[in-house]
Amino acid sequence: MRYIFKTDYEQDIRIVKHGGQAFWYSLLGVFLLLSPWLLPEYLLAQLIFVLIYSVIGLGLMLLSGFTGQFSIGHAAFMGVGAYTQAVLTNAGWPFPLAFACAGGLSGIVGIVIGVPALRVKGIYLGIATLAFGFIVEEGMARWESVTGGNAGMHVKSPAMFGWTLDSNAEFYFLCLAITVGATLALLNLLRSPTGRAFVAIRDSEISAQSMGIHLARYKTVSFALSAALAGIGGALYAHKIKFLSPEQFSILQSIDLLLMVVIGGLGSVHGVFLGAIFLITMPQLIAMGKDYLPESVGQSPGLQAVVYGVVLVAFVMFEPHGLYGRWLKIRTYLQIFPFYRAGMFKRQKAFQKSDRLK
Amino acid sequence: MSEPLLSAQGLTVRFGGLVAVNNVSFDVQRGEVFTLIGPNGAGKTTVFNLISRIYQPSAGGIRFEGEDLIAQPPHAVAALGIARTFQNIELFEFASVLQNLLIGTHTHRRTNLWQDLLFTGTTRRAEIHARQKAEQVIDFLSLQRHRDSMVAGLPYGVRKVVELARALCAEPKLLLLDEPSSGLNVEETDDMAWWIQDIQRDLGITVLMVEHDMSLVSKVSDRVLAMNQGEVLALGSPDEVQAHPGVIEAYLGSTDDLSSLRRTTA
Repeated sequence: MRYIFKTDYEQDIRIVKHGGQAFWYSLLGVFLLLSPWLLPEYLLAQLIFVLIYSVIGLGLMLLSGFTGQFSIGHAAFMGVGAYTQAVLTNAGWPFPLAFACAGGLSGIVGIVIGVPALRVKGIYLGIATLAFGFIVEEGMARWESVTGGNAGMHVKSPAMFGWTLDSNAEFYFLCLAITVGATLALLNLLRSPTGRAFVAIRDSEISAQSMGIHLARYKTVSFALSAALAGIGGALYAHKIKFLSPEQFSILQSIDLLLMVVIGGLGSVHGVFLGAIFLITMPQLIAMGKDYLPESVGQSPGLQAVVYGVVLVAFVMFEPHGLYGRWLKIRTYLQIFPFYRAGMFKRQKAFQKSDRLK
Repeated sequence: MSEPLLSAQGLTVRFGGLVAVNNVSFDVQRGEVFTLIGPNGAGKTTVFNLISRIYQPSAGGIRFEGEDLIAQPPHAVAALGIARTFQNIELFEFASVLQNLLIGTHTHRRTNLWQDLLFTGTTRRAEIHARQKAEQVIDFLSLQRHRDSMVAGLPYGVRKVVELARALCAEPKLLLLDEPSSGLNVEETDDMAWWIQDIQRDLGITVLMVEHDMSLVSKVSDRVLAMNQGEVLALGSPDEVQAHPGVIEAYLGSTDDLSSLRRTTA
């Protein structure tokens, strides 16, 4: 068991809390920096997808996990980013500029959606974002002069100032840098007043308001940042997949994104990455397992959807805190062995809430 | 008398046909502990929700330090110097006690979104400043033991204190306490009484509270306002109000009712 003796406010503020964390994250960093040389091409491509989905997941986690606003249309923001990036890159814009526009435009769309969404809560917000997702998907399919419609469009490799990032390794480092940047930005946000205001809105709007938090403003900011991160992820996705078509940003993609943050663990940054790893490795595992199943089951087209559904239901029922919550339990078990009690992570009885007033 | 800190004039709230608060006027003077009492449904919490701008009055006005409170949006009330607690505790459950207190300092934030995203020197200094404030309050209310605990795992009595602490972190001029002793045992209620007195004397914060426990009320209050069915019954010192016939009637029923009871049982 580790006890941290605190003598300084800085200790509470720091991102890296103790030597153990510093050691393990350095190790992870070294591995990530060396992976183009350590991993075969195929695994590196998978790792790129994990990074891309992590960026999008960070956005959705900010909105759903930390601000408590659910979005079942997040693929739409991803799509806006992806198409913006594709159109601008194909028009010959340098990567940083196109990338900034992709993130910025998604953020603006996020504000446009966020403002009317302020009026609705919970399941109604889910339905509103779902509808928005359909509208954007339809828009991408119909606006053929820009998006190429259902026929899809090719995306060129990212290029800046005469340097084209066309190898897997180069693109990997680009994704890695952006993921690290996005993660640090989110961690910074969470340890500062803005992030605390988000968490306050998630846990109790009424008392957040009476603590002086401007609900409408912070919800809009959260929507905008979340959409911008999804757009950034979408832009990287466009370069990775090299061919865009509207059905990549359908409701199924939105559900995948939601699945990722729920299974990873709502309200934890670690959960985003665990969820992204889950989302990327699961189809491979299913593909590998197919051969061992009876043919009528293994070859049926809906297998993946069924497995995803079962896993999601299982997590909601048995481990609502997601993969990260499970890891915390295992870690605590090992740290305080043999004193772990079942129920240590059980929440106390939720006390009656005041009438929600609105 | 000097200008009152808070002044309510002719407050009236109607929810459809129900008049929850009817023409209630009172002044809260600087530095006093002012208590609202009354049976259930008397409109005490409604008055609180009017002051924190959750409800809109149908008629009447509230002035705080001479400023029109009704013209302010709900989130601006805290910035004026009014902090509150809730009857059934509205803490941020999935955050630590320290985090909750830091949210209490929100009205004093001096950084913007971009500074927060980059965690610049300004944000760092502001954070340290906010944490100093939170630590002072933790010391004041002896919450050291629970500093890093998640609120979701804390017992009810401690949560009550955490909520009080969060309100104090806003460094308010006026503190609204909605039933500070509800759900507390005798010992915890005594502690609460000490703290309310300390808040008044040491921190110089004016307290406006709703309370049912008459021993707590008479221990800490300077003035008491008794309400019944949305109307003012009596206003004065705790003893005066408790002796007021209208108050006794509201709580216990009138002597006529008692005699009618006797007749039916006999």
